Amino acid sequence: MADHLLEVRNLSVDFHTVSGVVHAVRNISYYLDRGETLAILGESGSGKSVSSSAIMNLIDMPPGKISSGEILLDGKDLFKMNPEQRREVNGRRIAMIFQDPLSHLNPVYTVGWQMREALKTHGIGNTQAQAEALRLFKRVALPEPERALDKYPHEFSGGQRQRVMIAMALALKPDLLIADEPTTALDVTVQAEVLALLKELQRETGMGVLIITHDLGVVSEVADRVVVMEKGQLVESGTVREVYHNPQHAYTKKLIAAAPGKGDMHEPEASGDAILSVKDAKKFYGGFEALKGVSFDLKAGETVAVVGESGSGKSTLARILLRLEEADGGTAKWKGKDLFTMSPGELFKLRRDLQMVFQDPTQSLNPRMTVYQLISEAWVIHPEILPKAKWRERVAELLGQVGLSAEHMGRYPHQFSGGQRQRIAIARALALEPQLIVCDEAVSALDVSVQAQVITLLDKLRKEMGIAFIFIAHDLPLVRDFADYVMVMQKGEVVEFGTVAQVFDNLQKPYTQALLAASLDPDPDVQAANRNARLATAS
Amino acid sequence: MLRFIRKRALASLISLIGLLIMVFFLSRLTGDPASLFLPVEASAEMKAEFRALHGLDQPLLVQFGTYVGNVMTGDLGESLRKARPALDVVLEAFTWTLWLAVITMTLVTVCAIVVGSLAAFRTGGFFDRFSSMVSLIGASVPDFWLAIVAIVVFAIQLSWLPTSGTGTLAHWILPICVLFVRPFGIIVQVVRGSMISALSSAYVKTARAKGVKSGPIIFVHALRNAMLPVITVIGDQAASLLNGAVVIETIFGFPGVGKLMIDSILQRDFNVVLAAILVTAFAIFLMNLVIDLAYALLDPRIRY
Repeated sequence: MADHLLEVRNLSVDFHTVSGVVHAVRNISYYLDRGETLAILGESGSGKSVSSSAIMNLIDMPPGKISSGEILLDGKDLFKMNPEQRREVNGRRIAMIFQDPLSHLNPVYTVGWQMREALKTHGIGNTQAQAEALRLFKRVALPEPERALDKYPHEFSGGQRQRVMIAMALALKPDLLIADEPTTALDVTVQAEVLALLKELQRETGMGVLIITHDLGVVSEVADRVVVMEKGQLVESGTVREVYHNPQHAYTKKLIAAAPGKGDMHEPEASGDAILSVKDAKKFYGGFEALKGVSFDLKAGETVAVVGESGSGKSTLARILLRLEEADGGTAKWKGKDLFTMSPGELFKLRRDLQMVFQDPTQSLNPRMTVYQLISEAWVIHPEILPKAKWRERVAELLGQVGLSAEHMGRYPHQFSGGQRQRIAIARALALEPQLIVCDEAVSALDVSVQAQVITLLDKLRKEMGIAFIFIAHDLPLVRDFADYVMVMQKGEVVEFGTVAQVFDNLQKPYTQALLAASLDPDPDVQAANRNARLATAS
Repeated sequence: MLRFIRKRALASLISLIGLLIMVFFLSRLTGDPASLFLPVEASAEMKAEFRALHGLDQPLLVQFGTYVGNVMTGDLGESLRKARPALDVVLEAFTWTLWLAVITMTLVTVCAIVVGSLAAFRTGGFFDRFSSMVSLIGASVPDFWLAIVAIVVFAIQLSWLPTSGTGTLAHWILPICVLFVRPFGIIVQVVRGSMISALSSAYVKTARAKGVKSGPIIFVHALRNAMLPVITVIGDQAASLLNGAVVIETIFGFPGVGKLMIDSILQRDFNVVLAAILVTAFAIFLMNLVIDLAYALLDPRIRY
């Protein structure tokens, strides 16, 4: 039997924690050949990154322990090698890139230094390392490669930093590249570029690529085969097409069904006057114009989705509407009164009507307050809403509305999962009985299946309570299923505004087209067609 | 950069003036130098003459005005005791203290960084637990007690080292060793904590994935990132040594600025007290400036 490039056999990894032993992965097996791309698909807590950490010897032992299995690289068991041999494999035979290149590059050394280190660690001389680093920077298409070598990680954009990581990983022409969520932190158009670069480099070098992701779109774009993981177990494997079109396991079916952008589109049905009317809103940071005059109307019970990439000004818009920052021009009439010029007293009353849900519930919920304290705090500040005797009852009711239960009241945020924490944040916003909730990337940090649940919840609240939503997102397909209007922003300007159907069925502006084209479709056939269309228009 | 230094210098000048005012008037509350300097049987006329000679008969505000005027021209007055310019007396003592502080802090820094880093590398291991215990004891043991015990053991019982004074290299050993203990204990703890978070950071994971050896991972990748909080504490500890390790210098009869200050206060030698405070304050200002610049040197994201 010919050896596979990489073969993982019956691997089990445990973590010994204070609250007992966690079986991070249980008895998983997979293989990967040269020139092939295997995706490990799973949500947070599925153990999808654990096997790659085991391959790279990155598991801290203790608390981790490899309780069974072997990992063969060209038929040789990595676990039987001594530490020095393992170290030699890392970087030279197997290289790795990570999700967040800013934190994975050392902030105090230049990227050129870090490139040269990768080469010199494996015995390449200084001058040659310098020349090689420059060649690789040119290859990954970093702008001004000579000067880039002397820059520090914080001086690059997110996409450029990931290019630096890729250049560094490929420095010694490894046989295997492990990419752990390589594009999750990037904008969609940048994601498309980085994935394209990875595929190109794979064709050039013939390396095997192991890509770890939670995103079906990424799988369909780059992978040949996929293994699906849930709670430490491998539940399904096969070619990408087989698995997408004919999923066997219930979990895989659920994942595929949860992919956004497949349902019916809304037609706006709200009537009456606009509750919020924004005209020509502007914001400057020094000489930089972050918002160049944004206008839109919003009626009760309507959802407007604000979509754009980083730097488009979408979060700035949210912050000035909530008066977390002051606008530098324009008006925003809330029921006829300009909220940009409200006095502190009026603003205090307005806070009841306007609430915000933030991206990261881990950061936006005070870790030292119980769920009861977090939610009832609103009534401490606005005591006219509810007499104290009714607080417990109302907190229980709110928790019920967001799909949690009354017994969760005494717990702390860290005892919940990410999706549950975001529900708590929503319950907290609802405590003030607001009429408008601004969601700033409120589901971006959540797993796909959880994302769908939270969006269903928001849509239910909109229908039942007539709450209006401003929903800020970077992902177009995500907002397609439930927004009434879509506003596409780029560099502080609105480039397109219309109902969902107008925007999605009748793409007007090149930027919106580019944004949608760069969004990855979970269906490998659709994605292949999209990719070919994109290549055709590019050439 | 230059603008930053100018700003810092100006801010320090203001606190220096505040300090000067406070010390000037407070020290005059301690009493009349004439009654300490002249023999007990000295007549009232002799005392009055002494005061007039040193300008001590003037109203306090006039004395202060004269003093500030003199300081501006670089004249810090005469020492009453030694009949030499106060600045010379202070600088001579300060040189001793500076050497003591520089040697001690260099040893402390090197040892604490190595010990703290290695402890952090294998958290919970034998070396970690051992060094944690040692550093905890070091940080909490009273230095005057340690100094006396060290004299009893090494100087009196074993007779290996001199009890006090200066003259040979051997005289330096006990004061340095005793002064070493406390800052070492504190800085090891800071290095360890800071290194633990640096070693668990994402960029260290990248370095391990590149195949970098453990040595460079600890001392090149993690250490430079972990140094920022450490140099703050190093600066803090060094400042207390520059101020003159008053008790230790007194116990070991070491002619440093701490001992000089205590002696001058007891003798109401006001000019020397003021000069000593000005000189040490200036030295601490310079050291803080160096620390701020070290921040920028260590971390390219910090720019002034």
